Amino acid sequence: MGLRLFTLEMAVIAALAAMPAAAQEEGAKYGGTLTYMIPADAPPSFDGHREGTFALIHTAAPFYSVLVRVNPYNPGSTTDIVCDLCTAMPQPTDDGKTWTFKIREGVKFHNGDPLIAADIAASLNAIAFPAKDVLSPRSDNFMMVKDIAAPDSTTVVIHLKFATSAFWPALANPFNWIYEKKILDKDPHWYEKNIMGSGPFKFAGYEVGQSIKGVRNPDYYHKGLPYLDGFVGINAPKQAVQLDAIRADRAAVEFRGYPPTAIGQLKQQLDGQITVQQSDWNCGSAVWFNHKKKPFDDVRVRRALTLAIDRWGSAPGLSRIANVHTVGSIVFPGSPLAPSKAQLQTLAGFWPDIEKSRAEARRLLKEAGAEGLSFELLNRDIDQPYKYNGTWLVDQWSKIGAHVTQHVVPTGPWFAAFRSGDFAVGLGGNCQSIVNPPIDLQTWLPRSVSMANYGYYDDQKEIDLYEKMLHEPDLAKQRADMWDFVKWLTDDQAHIAFLLWWNRLVPLRSYVNGWKISPSHYLNQDLSTIWLSPPHCGKCADEPPPKPAG
Amino acid sequence: MYRYIVKRILLMIPTLFGAAALVFFLMRLIPGDICVIRLGSGGTSFTEQALAACHAEIGFDKPLWLQFVNFVWGFCRLDLGTSMWSGKPVAYEIAARFPVSLEIAILATIIAVIIAIPLGTISALKQNSSTDLVVRTFAIAGIAAPSFWLGIISLLVVLDLTQIFLGKPWMPPIDYVPLWQDPLRSLSIVILPAVTIGYRYSAVAMRMTRSAMLEVLREDYIRTARAKGLINRIIVNRHALKNAMLPVVTVIGIEFAFLVGGLVVTEQVFNLNGVGRLLVQAVQNQDYTLTQAIVMLIVTISVLSNLVVDVLYAWLDPRIRFA
Repeated sequence: MGLRLFTLEMAVIAALAAMPAAAQEEGAKYGGTLTYMIPADAPPSFDGHREGTFALIHTAAPFYSVLVRVNPYNPGSTTDIVCDLCTAMPQPTDDGKTWTFKIREGVKFHNGDPLIAADIAASLNAIAFPAKDVLSPRSDNFMMVKDIAAPDSTTVVIHLKFATSAFWPALANPFNWIYEKKILDKDPHWYEKNIMGSGPFKFAGYEVGQSIKGVRNPDYYHKGLPYLDGFVGINAPKQAVQLDAIRADRAAVEFRGYPPTAIGQLKQQLDGQITVQQSDWNCGSAVWFNHKKKPFDDVRVRRALTLAIDRWGSAPGLSRIANVHTVGSIVFPGSPLAPSKAQLQTLAGFWPDIEKSRAEARRLLKEAGAEGLSFELLNRDIDQPYKYNGTWLVDQWSKIGAHVTQHVVPTGPWFAAFRSGDFAVGLGGNCQSIVNPPIDLQTWLPRSVSMANYGYYDDQKEIDLYEKMLHEPDLAKQRADMWDFVKWLTDDQAHIAFLLWWNRLVPLRSYVNGWKISPSHYLNQDLSTIWLSPPHCGKCADEPPPKPAG
Repeated sequence: MYRYIVKRILLMIPTLFGAAALVFFLMRLIPGDICVIRLGSGGTSFTEQALAACHAEIGFDKPLWLQFVNFVWGFCRLDLGTSMWSGKPVAYEIAARFPVSLEIAILATIIAVIIAIPLGTISALKQNSSTDLVVRTFAIAGIAAPSFWLGIISLLVVLDLTQIFLGKPWMPPIDYVPLWQDPLRSLSIVILPAVTIGYRYSAVAMRMTRSAMLEVLREDYIRTARAKGLINRIIVNRHALKNAMLPVVTVIGIEFAFLVGGLVVTEQVFNLNGVGRLLVQAVQNQDYTLTQAIVMLIVTISVLSNLVVDVLYAWLDPRIRFA
């Protein structure tokens, strides 16, 4: 057919083929209620299409289905995407621009209505092409999509404007919940205040700002799932409360993650009763240099400041106290598009010899007439990892003679300063859900493209490099294009100074099984694969409970 | 008495209006934008169109004076508006949190009164004795120790003691149920916070009881009562304590009003979904309508509790109502 399959899709299909036909895990028991902490206050609304907070995913993801998703048995992979509501991952036609999905038959919404292709098309259309009065912050993720249609009740066809590897992760975004078309047509805002999906659990109760409850969906279409009778998610924004609750077994797990010190304390207190899963996190911290403020309009100054930071030398120590871990470029380290270590070590600030790097930094500052540079670092009043990173940076920059003070402000004023440009150097970051580098790094695109770019610069070459990379269908070539983009952004121009990737450490009581960590606290949260060891599973049956009559 | 109460109620109107103006304009001085926080709190990017849509949805496009008039007019009609953050009615948001704050406030007040009045009285009666010293130390410690610190410590003590003695750490449940649904569970959830708050509260009231009692015990009518040969219990309970209660009632009233909305940190420490925690969230999220409504609720409760205190004054001391 003359179409080169993306390596990404090949990995997907291979993974699909490798999946067991039966979903049931060996030794898994049915029954019990999982109580977990939601480390946040109540989400603003229940509508996954409009919200961006993990608080909503941790609250309501178990109630919903999606078309495709990251493989719940292999969520650590950045490329393993499998069907949820479709029957098989499709083959592309039209040079990778047309994708036809066959939809499972017999799936029901929790209200008893059948879920058909039209519901999926309507939901995805609502995200990609929102109505005028509907908020859809991720519509840009679907910029490659031309249209989405449901020609019959079991078929969804998606036409793309151009073939790109960014399509699959965008489609597998965990917020792409499938709503009932009938309800959406009647009131596109209905799902903001109501929960009604087709996922593994049915809504059982909600105490605003306090807890959410779900019960097993006996009609769930993945045979043998879910294992749990139900779940209770308890909102608790304070870390101390969450840790106390896990210690006292008032909750079995918190899915977002903790810094290493808290994990160490829990391990000590619950010797043998707790397991910890670790992953790189698809969140990275970075320094914004405001190009409108002198001397940060000078590339030599920006390069000097990034050259001064000893990422390789600091990461091991910093990772013991803060939730940062891996040294990497702006591309998620596990992604096939990420540069190699050898490439990375050629970027400013990533050189293996820090003394050489700092000597170069001092030389650049002198050349730019900025010796003894003094400035204020705008930072956010959040410990992990903002304040840790800020303190670290102050120390690192002092090594090249820069005098830096931190200006720590609450989230509101921090955003306000970034948006008004009333800062010289600021500590920010980029946190995404599913790993999708071509989309994730849109944050770093120049101001004319990305409103979230607080460097306040324009750079046509950067845009051109990005467009070239985005539109390249061949993964090997795309990786080379990505490297050009990364090098231009963080080395040649040093528009930003990328720091370290965050580290995700999730503690689970040892009786919690079947959950696997992923690079994002947004992923793999439908709880369908989780099961509890005796006696926490109650009757602990080997078979799913019979469907209730009627 | 009626005229006295009516006069007091009329005085509430300018107080409430002043508070409304203050909270409305002060909130708008805080830098930040609820939509930016909502759309990009995780550091994710968003478009200017999404931001504009969000602004239009919450009514930011209306002029400031109109927003103020709408707010005051709504408050007069007891319509608190809609939360900018959740889109739900503010009354619903507050009603969901009010029972827990009220339950703690009442329980803490009961604990405080039970501790403060007897100990304050004993302390006054045994002035400068070792008993007085112990009671005063207890009171000063209560004022000095922040209740959130006491909360954290009490939780840790419970966890550690149960681990040592029962072999398994235990703490009270953290998902609140109202008193009328499950009284035992409800009390087990609120008892620790109520005790920690009640202790600080009692310390303030205890010192007030002691100093008021000392003053009253030196009055001529007490000396006369003693000269008449009345037994000490009757002198203290019937003559001294009733008159010493005036400033104590004031303190209790002010503290109670504070407790309903001011348990900001304690509610966080014990994960109680109360009005104080809601206020913090509203301020953090820059949810103007919700913040305004909660502040006005707290102001109204303060004003009403002051009214109750004033009426109690008049009942306790007839000279006040005729003044």
